[in-house]
Amino acid sequence: MPRLIKNGAVVEDRWTLLREAASLAELPAGIPVIVPLALWRTERAALSERGEVGVWLKPDDEPEALAEDIAMLPLIAIDFPKFTDGRGYSIAQLLRTGHRFTGELRAIGDVLRDQLYYMRQCGFDAFAVRADKSLEDALQALTDFSDGYQATVREPIPLFRRRTSPGLVRETSPAANDPS
Amino acid sequence: MYRYDAYDHRLVAERVAQFRDQTRRFLAGDLTEDEFRPLRLQNGLYIQRHAPMLRISIPYGMLSSKQLRKLAHIGRKYDRGYGHFTTRQNLQFNWPRLEDTPEILAELATVEMHAIQTSGNCVRNITADHFAGIASDELVDPRPYAELIRQWATLNPEFAYLPRKFKIAVNGSTVDRAATLVHDIGVHAVRNEQGEIGFRVLVGGGLGRTPMIGYVIREWLPRAEILNYLDAILRVYNRFGRRDNIYKARIKILVKERTPAQFTRLVEREWERSRGGAASVPDEEVERLASHFDPPPYAVLSGDDAGFRAAVADNRPFGNWAKRNVFAHKVPGYAAVTLSLKKTGVPPGDVTSDQMDAVAALADRYSFGELRVSHEQNLIFADVRQSELFALWGELKVLGLATPNIGLLTDIICCPGGDFCSLANAKSIPIAEAVQRRFDDLDYLYDIGEVSLNMSGCMNACGHHHVGNIGVLGVDKNGEEWYQVSIGGAQGEGASLGKVIGPSFAAHEMAEVVSRLIEVYVERRHDDEHFIDTVRRLGLEPFKERVYAAAH
Repeated sequence: MPRLIKNGAVVEDRWTLLREAASLAELPAGIPVIVPLALWRTERAALSERGEVGVWLKPDDEPEALAEDIAMLPLIAIDFPKFTDGRGYSIAQLLRTGHRFTGELRAIGDVLRDQLYYMRQCGFDAFAVRADKSLEDALQALTDFSDGYQATVREPIPLFRRRTSPGLVRETSPAANDPS
Repeated sequence: MYRYDAYDHRLVAERVAQFRDQTRRFLAGDLTEDEFRPLRLQNGLYIQRHAPMLRISIPYGMLSSKQLRKLAHIGRKYDRGYGHFTTRQNLQFNWPRLEDTPEILAELATVEMHAIQTSGNCVRNITADHFAGIASDELVDPRPYAELIRQWATLNPEFAYLPRKFKIAVNGSTVDRAATLVHDIGVHAVRNEQGEIGFRVLVGGGLGRTPMIGYVIREWLPRAEILNYLDAILRVYNRFGRRDNIYKARIKILVKERTPAQFTRLVEREWERSRGGAASVPDEEVERLASHFDPPPYAVLSGDDAGFRAAVADNRPFGNWAKRNVFAHKVPGYAAVTLSLKKTGVPPGDVTSDQMDAVAALADRYSFGELRVSHEQNLIFADVRQSELFALWGELKVLGLATPNIGLLTDIICCPGGDFCSLANAKSIPIAEAVQRRFDDLDYLYDIGEVSLNMSGCMNACGHHHVGNIGVLGVDKNGEEWYQVSIGGAQGEGASLGKVIGPSFAAHEMAEVVSRLIEVYVERRHDDEHFIDTVRRLGLEPFKERVYAAAH
C-alpha cells in the first residue's frame, strides 16, 4: 500500500486517487476513492451514498463549488501540477477559513519536501509526496521553523498579537488542534 | 531603526539553517537544478553571467553603520571587495561562490540582515521614502508601516509561489520619493479629517515589458486593516494571475484584463471575510513598531547654522555640493546629505569595501550611526548638523563620494547590465560612463538643471528607464547591442511613462544623442522650466528632428 505523510507521521494511504474518472462505472468497488470535482458535481447523490468519497481540485477549480458539501466530505485533495504553482495554498486557506472545512486536506501532485512547511501553515494536514522522493526525508521539513509572523490556518493568531500580549488566551482552529 | 527581538532572530537563524541544508542537498545531487532554483532565488541567489549574484535585503533602505561594516567585510572575504546598491534599496554582490552563500547568510544574521525574498516569484523587499522621518513635507512616517508589511511578507506561507515577482512601496509624504505609482502595490499613508491615519491603496503599477501607472483601488483604508487588505489583494492575484505566460504574469495584467473595477470587487469581497479578524493590527503594535523609529537625540538648535551659510556663500564647490546634495531637515539646524555613488568612471551604485568602512565611520561621527539607501542608488546621512556639513564634505571628497550631481544628468540610475547580468540584452555601465564624460563640465551640468537619465539593459527595467526624463533601454538586434531612447518619463506624484523617440542607436552614438536632446531643451526652454516640462510642452518632434538629423 502506498504511503504518505499525515498529521506529522508517515502512514499507509487507504485512499485511491482517481485522476481521470469520468463516470461512476470507472470507480473500483468497496475502497475509499478521491474523485475529480467534475465527477462529484454530476454524480453527487450517488457518490455520497457510496460513503468514503473524497474530491480533488485542480488549481483553477473554484472551491466555492464545494461550499454545500464541506460538512459531508471526509477528504479534499488539491493538486499541484508543478510545485511552483502556488494557487493551491490559497485554495487551502479558503477551504479552511472561508468554508470551515475540518476533514483531511491533502496535497497531491508535485509535492516536495521544501514546500511542506508552507503547505501545512495554509491548512494541509496530509502530503502525498512525489513517489520518487523519500517520505522520511520530507517529514523533517515540517519543523523547519518554530514560528512565523503571519496569521495562518495553523496559527490563526499573528505573532504581533502574541508578542504584545504574552498572556493572551490563544484562539484555536480545527487545524491548529491536530496532533501533527 | 528596527531592531530584532528573539522572534526575529530565531526566524532568520532557522532560515539560514534551512538554506544551508538545501544547498547541501543540491550539491549532493538530491535536489535538481529546477527544484533548487526557486529556493535559492528566495534566498537572494541568482546564477549570473560570470558567477552567482547575491542580493541582500535592506528593508526600506535603512542601514546601521554596524551592518555596513559587515557588508564591507563580506565584500572583502567572499567577493572582490565591492558591492552594488540597487534601485530597490538593496545591495548586490556579483562574485560570491554558491558554496559560501549559507555562510554569508549566517554572517548577515549576526547583524540582523538577510537575503530573504530578494528574488523569486514572491513579495520582494518593501521600499519607502529615503527621507522618511526627516522631511518637512511628510504627513506620516512610513517606516513603521513598511516594517509591519515587511514582517507580513517575510516567509508568508500563502504567497511564496506567486505568478511573478511582487513589489510594494510605502510613502507617507505629499511628495512621492518612493515611486509608488509604478509598484505592484503602492501604499500611501494619509490622515483623514479626524486626524486618523489610514492608507490609500494603489494596485497594478509597474515597469518591465508593459509599463503602467497604478490604479487607486481604495481611497481610504483604516490603518488596522492593512494586512487583511494586502492578504485579499495577494489572494486574488495568487489565484487568478496568469501563469501561462511569464510576460503577462504581473498583477498589472490581471488588473487590466479584469478591469480595475472588477478586480477591486474581488478584493473587497475577499477582504470582507477577514475584516476585523485576528490579523487586524492593534494600535499597540503600531506603537511598538513606531518606537523603533523614534527620532535620535538631536541637539536643540535655534535655526539654520550661520557658519554653514557663510561657507556656502564663500566656497563655490562647497556651495554647489550644498545645493545639490544637501536636503532640508524638519529639525532646526540639521540637514540630510546624499553621498553620490555616481562619480564618473565608477559604475552607478558601486561602492568598495574600503568606502563602506569609511562611510560607516562617518555615519557614526556625523549621523547617529545610521544611513539610508535611495532607490536612485545613492547613500544618505539623514541627520547631520549643519555646522558639521563643511567638515563632512571634506571627508566625502577624499572618498570620492561628494560628486555634486544629485538630481542632475550625471546622477544616472543604471542596472548592472550586460557586464554582469545574464538577462541583459546590452551593457549599461559603459553608456552611463560615456554620458558622464560628455557632461563633465559642472557649469553646463548646473545650467541644464534637474533631469533624470535612467538606463536598463533589458525589458525587465531594473534601471527604471520608463520613468526617466530620458530613458535608455538596451535591446538586442541580431546579436548586437543597441539602445532605444525615450523621453518624457517621470517618477513621483506626477509620474508618467516616457515615449520612444524612434529607431535605436549604437553604443558609440549614445553620448551624442543625449547631447542633442539636451541642446534642444537648452535652446527652447522657458525660464524655470525643467527638461521634463519642456518635453511636455513641445512634444517629441523637435527632439526627434535634432537627434535624427544628419551629423552637424
